Amino acid sequence: MSKAVIHAIFDDEEPMLATASSLHSKGIRIKDVFTPFPVHGLDAAIGLPRTRIAICAFIYGLTGLTLATLMMWYMMIADWPTDIGGKPSFAYYMNVPAFIPISFESTVLCAAHGMAITFYLRCWLLPGAKAKNPDPRTTDDKFMIVIETKEENKNNIESMLKTGGASEIHHK
Amino acid sequence: MQHESEIREPLILGNKTYHQITEDIVRPIEGKASKYWYILLTISVICFLWGIACLAYTIGTGIGVWGSNNGVDWAFDITNFVWWIGIGHAGTLISAVLLLFRQKWRMAINRAAEAMTIFAVMCAAIFVLLHTGRPWLDYWLFPLPNQFGSLWVNFNSPLMWDVFAVSTYFSVSLVFWYTGLVPDFAMIRDRATKPFARKMYSILSFGWGGSARHWSRFEEVSLVLAGLSTPLVFSVHSIVSMDFATSIVPGWHTTIFPPYFVAGAVFSGFAMVLTLLIILRKIYNLENYITIKHIEYMNIVIIVTGSIVGVAYLTELFISWYSGVEYEQYAFLNRATGPYWWAYAAMMTCNVVSPQLFWSKKLRTNLTFTFIMSIIVNIGMWFERFVIIVPTLCRTFLPSTWNMYSPSFVDVGIYTGTIGMFFTFFLLFTRYFPVIAQAELKSILKSSGQEYKEKHAAQGHAAHH
Repeated sequence: MSKAVIHAIFDDEEPMLATASSLHSKGIRIKDVFTPFPVHGLDAAIGLPRTRIAICAFIYGLTGLTLATLMMWYMMIADWPTDIGGKPSFAYYMNVPAFIPISFESTVLCAAHGMAITFYLRCWLLPGAKAKNPDPRTTDDKFMIVIETKEENKNNIESMLKTGGASEIHHK
Repeated sequence: MQHESEIREPLILGNKTYHQITEDIVRPIEGKASKYWYILLTISVICFLWGIACLAYTIGTGIGVWGSNNGVDWAFDITNFVWWIGIGHAGTLISAVLLLFRQKWRMAINRAAEAMTIFAVMCAAIFVLLHTGRPWLDYWLFPLPNQFGSLWVNFNSPLMWDVFAVSTYFSVSLVFWYTGLVPDFAMIRDRATKPFARKMYSILSFGWGGSARHWSRFEEVSLVLAGLSTPLVFSVHSIVSMDFATSIVPGWHTTIFPPYFVAGAVFSGFAMVLTLLIILRKIYNLENYITIKHIEYMNIVIIVTGSIVGVAYLTELFISWYSGVEYEQYAFLNRATGPYWWAYAAMMTCNVVSPQLFWSKKLRTNLTFTFIMSIIVNIGMWFERFVIIVPTLCRTFLPSTWNMYSPSFVDVGIYTGTIGMFFTFFLLFTRYFPVIAQAELKSILKSSGQEYKEKHAAQGHAAHH
């Protein structure tokens, strides 16, 4: 049984969203949708799980906070305590107000960069990576639904896409 | 689809389609550069080169070539540093704070404003890196293991906080800006006809394709980065102000400094955004995207922040009198009536009096007036930093250290050079990068586009009758 890949192009996001939603509710798996801008409600319509990237950011932030705390404790308290301006560095808790700014900056630094790196790697967006959209018009003003299905369901799905308002249908 | 009240003015004028937005945004990139662009670029590059010459002279000879002296040991360097960092703050405010507040008018201006942030922070960095005197030893600013013991950097010092704050601010702003640019680079790549341009934009766009999963992550990343940048931007100028506030110099040792500096930063930053965008919309015909309404919104931010700055100036004066400390009182009396009274007068006029003119709707929707005002505000904010630094340092506790300050040609040259560098980078940005976040703009076309809003209004009326 061979597989069929259908590329359906829409000229507007509203019929595309309605069609995607109705196909999904009929149990037809939508492989991907390529759009020139984020279409709101599309994630829910095609059953995408919510991204967990914000959780990663939180973990990276905690890591940054820990690293900064350890660094300042080691350098200022443990390794070489110095009496600066009559304010000796006896213990971490005594100096902690002065450490808040850098703890904060380090949290933000690690959370932001960690999340950005995770985003680029998870989407495999790298300098020189091959363009991921099958049709170049989808970054301009076209919307494309990609469906991977069995050969026998092809005609049925195509007719649903056409009645939904697809302007072009291609096979791969 | 989202609906927007009919009362709100449209943010995209004319009868635009998604494709028309694409065409309008890529026109400056695909078309030939105008004569004005070449003229402005030439002037900027000349200033930039002169700045590099003065910079090389400073590094070769030492900072004795500056006007700074034993009494006034911070002068043009720190004035310019604070000025540039402050200008940068508007970009982050527009892209992060306005994103959290769901202000859609940010979408037409955030890209250019963020570019401004990045270039302004680069200019600021030149001054801090140079004012250490031996810039080749600037790696001492970082906590690196060394042969002196290891003797570490002092984490109790606001100057150290500044190193972390400014470098975090720069790198996070850069990532935020670039992530937003990726989908727009992909759009340029997909319609490029010349092989070289196609190759370059293909590298820059990282292979973006606009897949639904990627958009969903992209939006989450934008939101979280905005959430992180918002406290970051407030922390940066607060920490810059603590460079002054934690000292015991009369006139600097005040708790009002952090909020007062942040308000001043946003004030001057918005003024710079206006200066740049009023020119940009004109030479690239972007009047339909950066509308008079956008200009008016920015002018309202200027009234608000300008008034906060005004209140801060008056509070400072009141507190110095009310404290009963004669050194404090003298510091402010000296600023207003001492040898640099003209700088104080310029600051008060430009920052406190002039923005109040924007209460008039006629004036704040007038482009020429706004453009002139934006320059006046930037001059005023430069004088604010000058007034905080120079008149204070030229009259400190010991009369024997009292000194006047006047900048040398090198001081002026490096300052001119950073302005040249800023405009060189900005002009190159407008020529090769999409100056408006077109993907974001397309997502609000149906709710905030003029044609769509009018259609909705007409349908609404028909339904009522």
